[in-house]
Amino acid sequence: MTTAAAVEMITVVIDGFEVSVAKGTLIIRAAEQLGIQIPRFCDHPLLDPVGACRQCLVDIEINGRAFPKPQASCTIPVEPGMIVKTQLTSAVADKAQKGVMELLLINHPLDCPVCDKGGECPLQNQAMSNGQGQSRYEGVKRRFEKPINISSQVLLDRERCILCARCTRFSDEIASDPFITLNERGALQQVGIYEKVPFKSYFSGNTVQICPVGALTGASYRFRARPFDLVSTPSACEHCASGCDMRTDVRRGKTLRRLAGDDASVNEEWNCDKGRWAFKYVTAPDRLTHPLVRNEAGDLVEASWPQALAVAAKGLKEHASAVLVGGRATYEDAYGYSKFARVALGTNDIDFRSRLSSDEEREFLASCVVGSTTTYRDIDLADRILLVGFEPEEESPIVFLRLNKNVRKRGLKIAAVASKLSIGVEKLKGEFIKVAPGQEAATIAAVSLTAKSIILVGERASESAGALSAVSALADSTGAKIAWIPRRAGERGALEAGAIGNLLPGGRPVADAAARVDIATLWSTSSLPSIMGRSSDEIIAAVHSGAIGALIVGGVDPLDGANSASALAALEKAFVVALEIAPSEVTMRADVVLPVAAVTEKSGSFLNWEGRARSFEAAVHGSLNRSDLRILSMIAQEMGSPLNLGTVTAAAQEISKLGVWEGVRVSMVPVSPEKIATLTGDQFILNSWRRLLDCGTLQKGEENLAGTARATIAVISPNRAQSMGVADGDLLKISTTVGSVTLPALVEDIHDDAIWAPRNSTGSQLLVNLGVAHGAVVTVVKI
Amino acid sequence: MADIEAFKNRDGDLNKVEFTQVEQPGSVGFFGHMKGFWVTFSTIFKRPETIEYPEVKVPTQERFHGRHQLNRHPDGLEKCIGCELCAWACPADAIYVEGADNTEEHRMSPGERYGKVYQINYLRCVFCGLCIEACPTRALTMTNEYELADDSREKLIFEKDDLLGPLRAGMLMPPHPMYPEMNDTNYYNGDVIQAHPSQDVK
Repeated sequence: MTTAAAVEMITVVIDGFEVSVAKGTLIIRAAEQLGIQIPRFCDHPLLDPVGACRQCLVDIEINGRAFPKPQASCTIPVEPGMIVKTQLTSAVADKAQKGVMELLLINHPLDCPVCDKGGECPLQNQAMSNGQGQSRYEGVKRRFEKPINISSQVLLDRERCILCARCTRFSDEIASDPFITLNERGALQQVGIYEKVPFKSYFSGNTVQICPVGALTGASYRFRARPFDLVSTPSACEHCASGCDMRTDVRRGKTLRRLAGDDASVNEEWNCDKGRWAFKYVTAPDRLTHPLVRNEAGDLVEASWPQALAVAAKGLKEHASAVLVGGRATYEDAYGYSKFARVALGTNDIDFRSRLSSDEEREFLASCVVGSTTTYRDIDLADRILLVGFEPEEESPIVFLRLNKNVRKRGLKIAAVASKLSIGVEKLKGEFIKVAPGQEAATIAAVSLTAKSIILVGERASESAGALSAVSALADSTGAKIAWIPRRAGERGALEAGAIGNLLPGGRPVADAAARVDIATLWSTSSLPSIMGRSSDEIIAAVHSGAIGALIVGGVDPLDGANSASALAALEKAFVVALEIAPSEVTMRADVVLPVAAVTEKSGSFLNWEGRARSFEAAVHGSLNRSDLRILSMIAQEMGSPLNLGTVTAAAQEISKLGVWEGVRVSMVPVSPEKIATLTGDQFILNSWRRLLDCGTLQKGEENLAGTARATIAVISPNRAQSMGVADGDLLKISTTVGSVTLPALVEDIHDDAIWAPRNSTGSQLLVNLGVAHGAVVTVVKI
Repeated sequence: MADIEAFKNRDGDLNKVEFTQVEQPGSVGFFGHMKGFWVTFSTIFKRPETIEYPEVKVPTQERFHGRHQLNRHPDGLEKCIGCELCAWACPADAIYVEGADNTEEHRMSPGERYGKVYQINYLRCVFCGLCIEACPTRALTMTNEYELADDSREKLIFEKDDLLGPLRAGMLMPPHPMYPEMNDTNYYNGDVIQAHPSQDVK
């Protein structure tokens, strides 16, 4: 932890040059500061030093006393009076390095022509720069069966491994998933998995990226391309609100792989497997390419753009309309929807929360979240973290990695208010504050925090009445910071863009006349609607009551809502304009379908949970960069109330003019929790969350990725299991009036009243199957 | 020379430049002309060097760089492993390759990997042969065929089917499994002489 206190600097001489570095710096990094590249394989700046490969040997002398033999520069910190001679000035170090390289190459197969790493391989490169030109080895190389799947998405070629232990150290130190280890000794030493546990880590893709040889390769990229075929574009991840920096590699208009970018303030050098490997939805064969309009016979038929836009504009003008925009829109697109609702439709009926939500949450977002500036750096400085309605590993994996780093490096205390002890919290060695689903509020109020603490609130906190009021009150009384971490990448941006009924762009309350004037001036309109907008659920209800006749829907899955049947019926009833990338439940019921660009095909930005802008350019060209924004702009033009937002740049410029709202914020009216339900013998209260790898729309077509998803199970407590006579693996049928799911049981640490099941995994899509996901009473029977 | 000096001083006039008369050779004389015509005349009695192409074709030198060929192992499996080293080596960017996985059901070459797409653009190729040098499996070689002319650009982008060598005696058309009890190293070492009956899966 660097503070304002002066860091002790140490001056050393490397190859005759003096350099001053902070105490504790390793020699190999001090050399880097002078631009001296010492070859290395096992060394990684974010992993603990191990000195496994011995490639970085240098000659060291301290105060006139030399080490008798060359030393590994990646394990020795600088000391005063140290004189280091690298391969550039010391013949001994150079010979030692060449010798180590020769040893490493003895058993390394000549696979380069078929190896994915060929062309970007540290071993290949450093064998050229620091190795001998000729091999003296004439024996038989070590052979292993190859490749072996250590998970459905990671392949291991043991022959190629040089035993640097980067992958095992990453899994152990960074991800806390020690599912791979070095087995055997000597020439037969190899990376292996435990006999019965495959390498099911959400972060396994990072091991592929940091492997300095081609020993670990990704199944989906294997043999697809060579580095020189790829055009790389810096991009941002569209999967969750962590906001990872990414690199998208494209060959001939097709995304072949995505890698974690290097952003020390956000994702460091890591990302999760979903961000890395879930990108095939973009090239799915059923992508929409042409506008579709429903004809008189009731069929969707292809139409020209002017025709489709005219039909859309006419329909939206004829009815009272509302906007439903999913949490996956970019900041600029969300801003477009927000402005479209106010300017073209003249309404505040817009909601980005296409999921379970509440009015309490809307107030919470307006009073505590919009404009908030809690960052990853604050997590590094916090004394205690409280997790409310938030499962970091499943819902925002990079936040999990940051928490885990702080737990490991400085013993950060983490507490989770939840019904079930999650795998993530267990790995974080967190305190598990057990509550019955729906009873979070009282427990939150009793937690003791300081002004240096942070409350990480997930989107699921809205599912428990009173929880967000309690969080707000706790923050007020203790001075702790609040960070709201939604699951979807676009939600924070949509909030800031005012894609919600009670806020205008820039966190300005709709109810505040001065705020409305602010925005009306910016938009050059005479006035803005002043009636508080409806929420998603209210919009659906208003369609049924006839108060709303038309909907414009972008990136929404109606099955994510509280009452999917009602949502689908509303889509049938209303005039619907759908902006989508692929056919969905919405487009099937829409009257006009307008195809839009996927994230890799357009430019824009996401605001991650910190509110940090993660901008990106189009990685794949030739799709006309047809962002939602541009299409909304065209519809508005057609309707006669132009938005003047033809391009993403135009929107970004307008957003930059917004400025901050310095007026009065929305204040929260506390909501009291619901009463505890009385349960009879076979009743439980349902608890659930979405897993990182599940049936999500953006993970479509990724079989290799789906192979590492966690098993679909129903979790009950040991007490209830005993009273019901249930053991691990017995089938449990969970039912409501809507339907039922049958899942194998797992007896674990969970509140006695609760039963947990994944919300949207294969065989357990609770909102569709049961109609509820959290806090409802369900009947459970052993089959 | 004096004129140039004048230009250097910028006070000369371009129109005043006079061209110097270069000394021309004089006439070669009668015998000189006869000497030249003798060459023409004597050629009448020599065997003509021209041939009736395309009816008659003269073989090229053995190592002439002509159209490429993708070779097969003696059992018919392809030698190409789709490694793209040829594309990498190509100074004219004339080669495009996409690799893919061999599976037990669909095996095109020994080992794990084969070239799924293989194209050479003969409008770009300069026949330098660097691709041949780069090929690690001797899958790509050059034939002596030089008749590479056509009437459209598309026809001059040769696909894998156009480039693959013919099936010879003892070869089977892939996909088919590897020779029993043999691995890819055996193939490279030349241990497979011809197809085994068990490889004929069709």
